[in-house]
Amino acid sequence: MDFNDTPEEARFRKEARAWLEANAPKAEELEGLDGIARAKLWQKRKFDAGWACIRWPKEYGGRGASAIEQVIWNQEESKFDVPMGVFAIGQGMAAPTLMTWGNDEHKRKYLPRLASGEDIWCQLFSEPAGGSDLAALRTRSVKEGDEWVINGQKIWTSGAHYSDYGILVTRSDPNVPKHKGLTYFFLDMKSPGVEVRPIKQISGQSNFNEVYFTNVRIPDSQRLGAVGQGWQVSITTLMNERASIGGGGMGVGFDVAFKLASKLNIDDRPAIEDKAVRAKLADWYVQEAGLKYTGYRTLTALSKGETPGPENSIGKAVGAPKTQDMASFCMDLMDMAGAIDDPEIAELSGLVQASFMGSPGGRIAGGTDEIMLNILAERVLGLPQDVRVDKGIPFSEVPTGTKG
Amino acid sequence: MNFEFSEDQNLLREQAQGFLAEHCPPSAVRKVLEGKAPFDKELWRKVAELGWTATTIPEEYGGLGLGYLELCVIAEELGRAVAPIPFSSSVYLATEAILMAGTRAQKEKWLPKLATGEAIGTFALAEGPGRPSPKSLKTSLAKGRVRGTKVPVADGDVANVAVVVTKTRAGDKASWQLVDLDQRNVKCDVISTLDPSRSHASVKFRSADCEPLGAEGEGWALTQKLLDRAAILFAWEQVGGAQAALEQAKEYALGRYAFGRPIASYQAIKHKLAHAYIKNTLARSNCYYGAWALNADAADLPVAAATARVGATQAYYYASKENIQTHGGMGFTWEFDCQFHYRRSKLLSVNLGSEGTWQDKLITAVEQKNAA
Repeated sequence: MDFNDTPEEARFRKEARAWLEANAPKAEELEGLDGIARAKLWQKRKFDAGWACIRWPKEYGGRGASAIEQVIWNQEESKFDVPMGVFAIGQGMAAPTLMTWGNDEHKRKYLPRLASGEDIWCQLFSEPAGGSDLAALRTRSVKEGDEWVINGQKIWTSGAHYSDYGILVTRSDPNVPKHKGLTYFFLDMKSPGVEVRPIKQISGQSNFNEVYFTNVRIPDSQRLGAVGQGWQVSITTLMNERASIGGGGMGVGFDVAFKLASKLNIDDRPAIEDKAVRAKLADWYVQEAGLKYTGYRTLTALSKGETPGPENSIGKAVGAPKTQDMASFCMDLMDMAGAIDDPEIAELSGLVQASFMGSPGGRIAGGTDEIMLNILAERVLGLPQDVRVDKGIPFSEVPTGTKG
Repeated sequence: MNFEFSEDQNLLREQAQGFLAEHCPPSAVRKVLEGKAPFDKELWRKVAELGWTATTIPEEYGGLGLGYLELCVIAEELGRAVAPIPFSSSVYLATEAILMAGTRAQKEKWLPKLATGEAIGTFALAEGPGRPSPKSLKTSLAKGRVRGTKVPVADGDVANVAVVVTKTRAGDKASWQLVDLDQRNVKCDVISTLDPSRSHASVKFRSADCEPLGAEGEGWALTQKLLDRAAILFAWEQVGGAQAALEQAKEYALGRYAFGRPIASYQAIKHKLAHAYIKNTLARSNCYYGAWALNADAADLPVAAATARVGATQAYYYASKENIQTHGGMGFTWEFDCQFHYRRSKLLSVNLGSEGTWQDKLITAVEQKNAA
C-alpha cells in the first residue's frame, strides 16, 4: 500500500501542473467579465492546448486520456482558482449520451463545441409529476412529418436561461407502459415556444428553472435512440449524472466546525473541550475520512483500469445529510446568534446559515437520499426492486395524485 | 495510488476464509458460547500451526516476521467468523506489548512461546467500571511485587502471562509489569460477560512476582501506543463481523416472505441494509488507512487508529442490532446465531475502551496533529 503515483501518472501530473501554472488565468484577465464569460475563456484556453475534456477521443476535441489521468487533472486543476461549472451538464451528461446514442454527424458537429465551451447544454428531465419516478413524465411529443411537436413542462433545469441546447425526454406514446412510451431528443433552447422561468428556492437563490414547451418543433434528426427507446437513452445520461454531481460536500464540513468549536465558548470554556461536542465532531471526521479513503480505493481501481460501479452513490448518500446536520450543529454552537444570517455581522459571514438553507437541496438534487439508498440496496446488495403497481399498465391508465 | 492489499495478502485472505469456514463454523462458536470450555482449543492449535499467532514476531524469536497488513487480513477473517479463541489478547496486545517494550531476555523468554500458541498472553488494564487513568489505578507495586485486582481481563483465566498496568509510587503515573500468571500469588476467577464465546476473568495479584516491562513511569504512554495499534486490529475484526452480520441479514430478508413478498423488497428493510452497507464501507476504508499507518508506523497513527476504531465500532453495532431486527422474533431466539454478532460487537467495542473514549481520543489526536 502506498499513496504514490505510478511513474507514468507522476509524469502526467507534472505535465498538467506545468501547463496549469503557465496558463491559469490571472485575476486581471477575468476582470469585468461575468461568470459565463470567465468560464468560456478558461474552457477555450484548455481546448486550444488539448486540455479540455481529456477523457474524450481526440477527434471530438479531447485528449484520449485514461480515467486516472482525468482524476489527476481534476486534482491539479482544483488547486487553481479557475472559473468552472456551467459546462458540467453538457460535458458530463449530454456528451456521453451523444457519444453512445448519437450518429457520426451529431458527434462531429456538437462534441467539439461542447469541449471548447462554445455551447452550454442543459438537461430537461424532471417534471412536476415526475421526480424520483422520472419515467412518469408527461411532456408530450407528437410526430408531424419530419418534425416532432412538444408540449408540456419541465422543472429543476439548471442553467436553462443561459443554455444553447438541451437534452429532453418526452412521452411519445401514453398508451403503452410508462418506460416504453418515451422518446429522447436534443433541441435548440432558442426554439420558438420555449419559455424559461426561474424558480426561487428557500435559500433565496435561483439556480433552477421551470421550462415550458408550447408547440415547440424539433427535427426528427435530433432524436437520440429509437422512438420509444427514451428510457434506455435516459439511463445513459443518469449513470453519468452520479459521476458529475459530487458528494454534496459544499458548505460546512469538519474543518469549519472544528475551528468554530475552538473559537466559541460553552460555559466560559472553548466548546471543543465539551465531551458531547467532541463526540459529534469525531463522528463527522470519521465520515469524511471514510469517504476520502473510499475515494482512494476507487482511484486504485481506476489506476488498474477497472470501472467503479454504483457503490459511488455512497458519497452523496453520506455527504448531503452530513452537510445539513453540521450546519445545524454549527448554528447551535453560536447559540442565540446562530439565527443571524446577515453576512455583515454573522459568524463566518453567514456561511453556516447559507449552508443550512441550501442543504435540503443537496439531499434532493441528482437523486434523493432515498433513491441513493435504493440504488445501493438494489444494485450493490442485490435486493429486489419494490413492487410496482404501475408495471405493465398503459401510462394513460396509471393512477395519479393531485399534487404536482 | 495503490491503496489496496497485495495479491499475496488477498491470497492469504482467501486461505483464511476457507480455513475458518471449515474449522470455525457457527456450530464451533456455539459450542464455546454454551459450553464450559473457555475457548476452542482445537481451533487455537490449528491457528497456531498456520502461524497466525507468529505473524509479526521477528524470525529470531521464532516468528514469521511478516508485516501488519497480513495481520489485518487475518483479523478481519477472525472477526467475520466470530472466532472463539484468545487471539486478540495474545497477539494484538500481549505480543505487541512485549515487542514494544521488552528486553532481549523478556522477548527470548516469551515470544517463541507466544508465536507457537503454547503460551497465551493478555493485557490487564481495567479495574471495574469507568474509564481508567493513571490516577484512577489502584493496582500498585510494593517491594517489586504487584498488588491489586484487574477486572475484567480478557482471557485472564487461560493466559500464562499478563502485561499489567500499575500505578507508580507517586500515584500520578503508570508502569507496566510483566507477570507470569502460573504462580501461587495470582488468583483468576472466571467471570460471566455478555459474550461467553470469549472468556474473561477477575485477576487478583497478591504480592505477585513480576518484572518491569519498559521504563518506570512510562506505562501510560506505552498503554496509549499499544491501544492505538491494537485498535486498528480490533477494528478489522469489527469490520469483518459487521460484514458477516449484514450478509446474514440480507440472506434472511431475501428468503423471508411477508404480505406476499420477500421482506428484502420493502424499502424499510432495503434502506436499513443500505445504511449498514454504507457504514461498513466507510469503516473498511478507514481501516485500510489504519492498516497502512500501522504497517508504516506512520506519525498519523493515533488519528488513523481512532478513526478506524470509531467507525468500526459504530458499523458493527449497527449491523449486529439491525441483523436481529431484520430477523424479527426469530433473531431474538437462542437457537438463531444473530446473538453471536450482537454479543461480540458490544464486547469488542468496550474491550479496548468505549466509543466515547475513542471519539475523545480522535479529537485529541486531531488537535495534536494541527498543533504540530
